[in-house]
Amino acid sequence: MINMRRMAKRSEPYVFGAIVLLCLLIQVQSKQFFTGNNLVDLARSMIVPALFSIGAMMVIVSGGIDVSFPAIASLAMYATDRILLNVNYSGNVMLAYAMAAGFGLAMGAVNALLIGVLRLPTLVVTLGTSSLFTGIMQGALAASESPVPPSILAHGKEKLFTATNTQLGLTSDMPSQILILLGALLLVFLLLRYTMLGRGIYAIGGDEAAARRAGFNVVGVKVFIYCFVGAMAGVTGMVRASMMMNAHPTNLLGMEMTVIAAVVLGGTRVTGGLGTLTGTMLGVALMIILSNSLILIGIPTYWTRVFTGAVIIIGTGVTAWQAGGSGRRLASSGTGL
Amino acid sequence: MSDNILKVENIKKSFGGVEALKGVSLEIRKGEIHCLAGENGCGKSTLIKIVSGVYEADEGSIELDGKSFSRMSPMDAIARGVQVIYQDFSVFPNLTVMENLALNMELMAERKLVSYKRIRAIASEALAKLGVDLDLEERVENLSVANRQLIAICRALLHDAKLVIMDEPTTALTKREVKALFAIIKRLQAEGISILFVSHKLDEVFEISERYTIFRNGQNVATGETSGLDRKAFVRYMTGREFSEESYRPAKQGEVVLAAKNLSLTGAFKDLSFELRAGEILGITGLLGSGRTELVQTLFGIYKPDSGEVQVRGKRVRIRGVKSAIRMGIGYVPADRLTEGLFLPQSIVRNIVVSKLDRLSGLFGVLKGKAIGAEVEKWVRELSIATNDPSLPVQTLSGGNQQKVVLARWLANDLSVLILNGPTVGVDIGSKYDIHALLRSLAERGLAIIVISDDLPEVLACTSRILVMRGGGIAEVLDPASTTEQRLGEISTGVA
Repeated sequence: MINMRRMAKRSEPYVFGAIVLLCLLIQVQSKQFFTGNNLVDLARSMIVPALFSIGAMMVIVSGGIDVSFPAIASLAMYATDRILLNVNYSGNVMLAYAMAAGFGLAMGAVNALLIGVLRLPTLVVTLGTSSLFTGIMQGALAASESPVPPSILAHGKEKLFTATNTQLGLTSDMPSQILILLGALLLVFLLLRYTMLGRGIYAIGGDEAAARRAGFNVVGVKVFIYCFVGAMAGVTGMVRASMMMNAHPTNLLGMEMTVIAAVVLGGTRVTGGLGTLTGTMLGVALMIILSNSLILIGIPTYWTRVFTGAVIIIGTGVTAWQAGGSGRRLASSGTGL
Repeated sequence: MSDNILKVENIKKSFGGVEALKGVSLEIRKGEIHCLAGENGCGKSTLIKIVSGVYEADEGSIELDGKSFSRMSPMDAIARGVQVIYQDFSVFPNLTVMENLALNMELMAERKLVSYKRIRAIASEALAKLGVDLDLEERVENLSVANRQLIAICRALLHDAKLVIMDEPTTALTKREVKALFAIIKRLQAEGISILFVSHKLDEVFEISERYTIFRNGQNVATGETSGLDRKAFVRYMTGREFSEESYRPAKQGEVVLAAKNLSLTGAFKDLSFELRAGEILGITGLLGSGRTELVQTLFGIYKPDSGEVQVRGKRVRIRGVKSAIRMGIGYVPADRLTEGLFLPQSIVRNIVVSKLDRLSGLFGVLKGKAIGAEVEKWVRELSIATNDPSLPVQTLSGGNQQKVVLARWLANDLSVLILNGPTVGVDIGSKYDIHALLRSLAERGLAIIVISDDLPEVLACTSRILVMRGGGIAEVLDPASTTEQRLGEISTGVA
């Protein structure tokens, strides 16, 4: 049974509506939107931001904010790449993913220690560790663009299928890395919805003191979140390297803002407690379509930034306004004395 | 088998050398409603935390449902049927009703996976216990405060509660909601559950409880049957002081400082006329919506009257706004002292002088440190604000002393009329009497004061004349010495 009143208060339908409108507009103007190769290109561009956004969403739901994931991803990826190159590794690509996940987890554990155990504020901690990890990469590892081992190169060339635009003769390959995104979505969906650990993440974001009294292991849940998100970031770094077929130490940096914006656009409450994977994916999709497809209707690339900014402000503004609306109602019922 | 559900004896507890409990005892019989009262900081909350296993007592014995404990964990307490309804209800605003009801049970059962079928079943059972009907899928943040409290109570009952402790449960409730809550408490009692009702509100203690225990400064001061307790004794036990219940009389008839003539504001009040004299304390009471708040806000320049006139010292004036009201010597202390009146993290000094800075500064707006110091010292002394160091933040003061700082700020402005809206909402009884005494001494020095209050005993105790408003008009003007609470209530509601 779908409760219409409850649906109207969610932001997913609005984001979905905005995406449909945007797609139709682009299609009508360019006739190129609903072509196989454009859709595959969009899916391809979504993989990395979508993977990041899953972790960012989990952190925001728990009441925190993490800006260190691009730095963790870059360092995990780059360190893995350099080690494998040094030993002339030619085995399975799974090891590369496992190593990157391990490095990511270790860096996530630093966040977890500072935030979960020492109870420091999340934004400050992750700003700090972000700078720290970037510094280690650029200083200690003297990072510069570097090739990837042959197995990762081969992995990067894998494709599930190729979409062809017969009209223009363009082709686009669907990378196999999309399977990692789908796997991560399934895993996190089950985690958040069907485990007490997942409900604990929401509970902490709703009211940390109440969560403690109810019997949730609040420190444990937080440690889990930052370790898990760190490991996911490590994997995402490797996904990026394999798709680009080289290890670029800095081109993920700066992505945190768009990713967080997409998460919030998708209806995740900035103050914690509310957020869905569906909404988050819609938020990412909207951002990617804006930045990839406006060019199809002849809007120059620098203008897409203006559009993206406007959508973020309008979208988060509407979300905040909705939240504020119910907040005001509560405030007035609370002072009924 | 004893007939006590809970018996604690000689409990001591210190925090970092400060003794919060100096050997208190409390006995609660099976199926009784027991009230634990005391002013803020008397050790009520500490005892609750000990009884629920959150803190461990330094000394003393706890006997729960016939079993003695030397150490007790929260799980022990829950297993023996102790449930606490916290003041904030400890609910998750972002989760659904059913999750809020069932999560604690699921955590107790140490489940790792979530079954929504089981959660729904637990939640329905919980609501059925109180016969409450709520949408299981609704998020709790969309519910009223009273419904959130119901969820906390239903959740507590799931654990086979034998003793339900309610920590100041009526703080955020409206009068009607309090009535509903009391009905539920009676219902729990009928099922044999004991209730420990923690409150410092006199009326509630008298209405709901059968026996009471009062703490002061971490010690027992009194315990017994509520029927044998009267208001005066209750206040004395709580505060350790005697207060006169005589109403205030101005020594002499002062001049008229403020007058309203046929004042009207559409939708709020109509054709109001009254006079306010120097040295008197005028009480204005009436139900919410009677126009009382709008009336004083009009006098303070927040609303512009549609017709009629306001006179200050016999001269017709037009109050254009808050600034112009202050210039005419009218001050207004709003209802919610915490959110509306003070800059909490700022120092006491700054809070007192903030509205007078232009007169305490010299050339180029540079502040005169000495003059400020003298001004602040004067008010801290005159109002006996309990602080050693006025440079501390205001939030370090107790509620009553914070209220005094608000008063000091206004008094620093050389007022002739001071309007207070609910001056003692949320402060404990001792500070309340202190504030009343303070208002009297201010009135004796020639200030004209208007007090708006719902608290009828307060209106009777501290004013010299009472104006009862009903439906935007003045229903009656009364002398507090010759009227009663009941009469005031009847006039406000219009049943008389």
